[in-house]
Amino acid sequence: MAVSVPTSLAEAVSLLSGAPDSVVLAGGTDLMVEANSGHRQIASVIAIDRVPELRTWGVDVVRRNLWIGSGVPYSTVMQPGIASLVPALAQASRTVGSPQIRHVGTIGGNLGTCSPAGDTLPVLAALDARVHLASVSGERSVGFDEFMVGVKRTSRRPDELITGVTIPILNGWQGYSKVGVRNAMVIATASSCLAVDTDGRSVRIGLGSVGPVIIRCGEAEQWISGRVDWSELSVSNADVDEFGLRCGAAARPIDDHRSTAAYRRRAVEVLAARQLRRAFPNG
Amino acid sequence: MGYPVTDSEVLIGRRNGLIGDSVIRPDGVEKVRGEFRFASDLPMEGALWGATLRSLHPHARIKRLDVTPAWAIPGVEAIITAEDVPGKSTYGLIFADQPVFASDVVRYVGEPIAAVAADHPETCRKALAAIVVEYELLEPLTDPERAVDGSHPPIHPDGNVIRHQRVLCGDSSATGPVVVEGSYEMGMQDQAFLGLEAALALPDPGGAGVELHVATQAMHEDLHQIAACLGLPEDKVRLVLAGVGGAFGGREDLSLQVHTCLLALRTGRPVRVHYGREESFLGHIHRHPATIWMRHHATSDGRIVKIEARFLLDGGAYASTSSAVLVNAVTHAQGPYVCHNAVVDGWSVRTNNPPCGAMRGFGVVQACFAHEGQMDKLAAACGLSPVEVRLRNAMRTGDRLITGQVIENVAPVERCIRETDALPLPDEPIGGYGDDPMRLPGGAGLTADRSHIRRGIGWGVAIKNMMYSEGFDDYSTARCVLEDGVATLKFATAEVGQGFVTIAQQIARTLLGVDEVRLDRIDTTIGSAGSTSASRQTWMSGGAVDMACRRVRERLFEHVGQLWATDPIRLVIEGDCVVDTVDPARRISVSDATSGVRLAETAEYHHPPTEPLDENGQGACHTAFAFVAHRAVVDVDPQLGLVKVVQIATAQDIGVALNPLSVIGQLEGGIAQGLGLAVMEEIVMQDGRIRNPSFTDYLLPTFLDMPAVLASLIEEPDPRAPLGAKGVGEPPCISVTPAIVAAIRDAIGKDLHRVPVRPQDICL
Amino acid sequence: MAEFYGLRVNGTNREVVDAQLGESLLFVLRERLGLLGTKGACEQGECGSCSVLLDGELVCACLVLAAAQSGREIITIEGVSPSGVSTDVQQAFVEAGAVQCGFCTPGLVMAAHSLLERVPNPTDTEIREELSGNICRCTGYGRLIQAVADVARVRLSNGVSRD
Repeated sequence: MAVSVPTSLAEAVSLLSGAPDSVVLAGGTDLMVEANSGHRQIASVIAIDRVPELRTWGVDVVRRNLWIGSGVPYSTVMQPGIASLVPALAQASRTVGSPQIRHVGTIGGNLGTCSPAGDTLPVLAALDARVHLASVSGERSVGFDEFMVGVKRTSRRPDELITGVTIPILNGWQGYSKVGVRNAMVIATASSCLAVDTDGRSVRIGLGSVGPVIIRCGEAEQWISGRVDWSELSVSNADVDEFGLRCGAAARPIDDHRSTAAYRRRAVEVLAARQLRRAFPNG
Repeated sequence: MGYPVTDSEVLIGRRNGLIGDSVIRPDGVEKVRGEFRFASDLPMEGALWGATLRSLHPHARIKRLDVTPAWAIPGVEAIITAEDVPGKSTYGLIFADQPVFASDVVRYVGEPIAAVAADHPETCRKALAAIVVEYELLEPLTDPERAVDGSHPPIHPDGNVIRHQRVLCGDSSATGPVVVEGSYEMGMQDQAFLGLEAALALPDPGGAGVELHVATQAMHEDLHQIAACLGLPEDKVRLVLAGVGGAFGGREDLSLQVHTCLLALRTGRPVRVHYGREESFLGHIHRHPATIWMRHHATSDGRIVKIEARFLLDGGAYASTSSAVLVNAVTHAQGPYVCHNAVVDGWSVRTNNPPCGAMRGFGVVQACFAHEGQMDKLAAACGLSPVEVRLRNAMRTGDRLITGQVIENVAPVERCIRETDALPLPDEPIGGYGDDPMRLPGGAGLTADRSHIRRGIGWGVAIKNMMYSEGFDDYSTARCVLEDGVATLKFATAEVGQGFVTIAQQIARTLLGVDEVRLDRIDTTIGSAGSTSASRQTWMSGGAVDMACRRVRERLFEHVGQLWATDPIRLVIEGDCVVDTVDPARRISVSDATSGVRLAETAEYHHPPTEPLDENGQGACHTAFAFVAHRAVVDVDPQLGLVKVVQIATAQDIGVALNPLSVIGQLEGGIAQGLGLAVMEEIVMQDGRIRNPSFTDYLLPTFLDMPAVLASLIEEPDPRAPLGAKGVGEPPCISVTPAIVAAIRDAIGKDLHRVPVRPQDICL
Repeated sequence: MAEFYGLRVNGTNREVVDAQLGESLLFVLRERLGLLGTKGACEQGECGSCSVLLDGELVCACLVLAAAQSGREIITIEGVSPSGVSTDVQQAFVEAGAVQCGFCTPGLVMAAHSLLERVPNPTDTEIREELSGNICRCTGYGRLIQAVADVARVRLSNGVSRD
């Protein structure tokens, strides 16, 4: 059968196992662009948008984790339920495409395509989210940093389905910022998610569109986590600026038709510094 | 008259359907219901699909072209190449230098090489992929300066310079105590009409002729070129206007017309060709990229003494309208300002970049960006405000252009500036009163806080010629038939969305006292209307409809005069009646008066003749002029280089508002395109290839990018215009671009000399 | 690969025959079902001209794989006012001068209806954000915003709530 529309996770996984060459179709907002342009011939499709298990989300209060099924669309992520727990993810979702795209595009699709410009990916990186995969031989989960291995390349095996992500719920400020040339419907020229874990006294930052993968700025994170006054929740102006420069130094941007490497580096310097100041308004 | 354009009540006003009313479009209901048929909406039983094979290289010799593998694909019905063009092998609007299909050399990426017809678009795709083309790569000419300096061998038998034109005026040695100089650059803009190129060709039995349903701007211009290439007499080629989804200059040149007809004639079956978006970027001409240098000499109180300028327009691989675009650029170098001395030099050249031609503003967009940048430099040098320096130099009716041509039109430049200045500035602070991030640059991207943002204000003022130039006998044709109280109009004027169909009905209703005005099919069974471009159709086709309706009205008066045994000169139209002015009680409805009577008249409206430019750029080459001012308010993030345009205020010289609602639509739409050019729209070229041929990467302004517009319509009827009304289509997109750039400069205190302004231009 | 499947469009069950697998809902609506009101201008979800409702949600038909939509309720522009009487949104577009070339118009009518169902009294910024997936190249959006605001005002003053 050329198009399969499974209605349970077990069925979806089984179908994929039997035909690992199949294209897994979630919202279609990436795949159909390739199909329409003739750049991709579609031989066999498994459309997973009617698998109920993938369209749920929920909170594990014991582990302080948020589970988001891979079939949850951006428009749901933007709603207060998820937005109140992981505001950066909701902010990122609001910048994806247009309302039409956000109604059908999903977190799982963003992961499946795994473009460095994928809007939710810096958030998943900064929050140390885990990506869950299922196949007939069982389930496993990998950290986001092990999941994304290159430009549009992941560690998912062809017989595996992305079932969702678990995202730690942190105490502390978090936010997503994205630079694009117009005010709607734009691919990120550069993006950044900064998240503070007040309990763990750490600052994390993930940068998008400035390298082949989402870039975590480990050195800058460690340095700034040691410079923040955690009792006062404050940070000096000089440290804010220095943090921006260190994040910029971690970026590995390129020139392309959308922007230049120099601009992208500057953009993440500015975004990182501004986000840090938003996280710690006191100087 | 000021229109606070947030209040539609003011705009809608009377709706009697007469001139001056905000009449609704005759095609509006069909369009909102999805029932209006565009060129891509013409399915037909048994029709084949056509598709075009295009060059992959900017400059190459075709060593081998083998179409036989494509014949092996089931469903392929025709494959045609240059050998199958029965008539003239080339076409072009001014010079026929562009091959229907490349045969020996390809000169730009996307140049057509072959076309196929098959049963399904996918079959076409496979067939194109199966055709073998072996290329010998040649060095591409992509730097237009190398076309000027002669350092690259000719890439076309006609040479690498399409036109060189000087304008020398007055004393070339004149100078003044203030001298300001600047270099300016403009990227390649795309018309980006939403309705992609599409056509349906229906062959006559035996291939004796063809009927082409096509979205175009210029029915008869297409007809002449198509018939010549098909080798058919013009009466064997019939064009029917299919619904046009926008044009903006991009449909002035041929694209798919000849290919579609050839495929239909070859197969004897109807053929549809639809471009996709990427093919559209490759398949039509664009706005000329330009580099411009200018030096202004002025008195210490800011009055222009002399301008010097050099223009270089990249015309791409084929001539299209490059020579006319160049004339527009060099002859508008002074802007709407008095200037007695000028040394202007301009080139439009051939390169292996995509061909460039007409786009809304046509050469004046390029000139205006430069001269307005100069006016701001002049203001700064003289310690004047941007408004004051422009007022001091504003031209008036009777002033002479640097071509020697006297401005005979109404020229309310000063009023345009003053009325724009009088429109209120935004009353909201940066970011608005609430905390909605959408009000800041960066929007939902949450890139900035209010404290990061600076506001700036900038100005732009423009002069724009209307109609065709340089001795072209420009005319339009219209027929009016009045019968049983119903008027029917026939013309070949391409309705591309601008609303000529509405205006035509308003003219007939007003002159003839009828309610019902039917519009006959727009096709080539009547004389030419010329192109829907150069802001000319309200003037030209409006003039033709007006003339035809007036002649019918004379016939009506003669007819009623006979009925009443009265001198027709006593008769007038009042409401829906013919009335005797001497005995006003004596009246007859137009409907009754024309019961069983058919009054028909055809008219051709020609504008006054123009002259070609001589070698020094002297001559009354233009037909008429309109003027406009724009003021832009922008919020800028200086560190990230992001811009949000907050408000555009404008006052435009329109002569008469024949349909105020329609005028506002043209103003706002043109402003959006000028905004796009200012901050986001550019076809990015690299080594002769378009890097961004899609709407993912060629960015058009969205709802969130377009600000509120305040507009003041300057109504000083132009006695030279048949209806007193000037064209309104082009001026809105011309000076808004420099106004926005000036506002960005004002916000950040940095010189910017290139559009679109990219974030890195602001912050790096 | 030839396909055969059913779609439910504007309340009617339709059969799609001889389709190729990768065809978008936009292509199938227009070329196989003859519903030409839905327009295509970018085939990348970047212009909104092909906006339709899929199970009540506004989507770009060009990004929907038609063969995977059996059992879903699809509403196109032809299904918005099947009785032949234009809706308030359609009337307002005409009256307010929101239509020029008209190519974006069916998609924008769909988007405006969808917006006003969810947000009966949108602010200027809400109108802009909600409609930002629909590109119009002719109007500069001013009259479109006016038309949507006019409908919202009239609906509220009439106490009309549509569902």
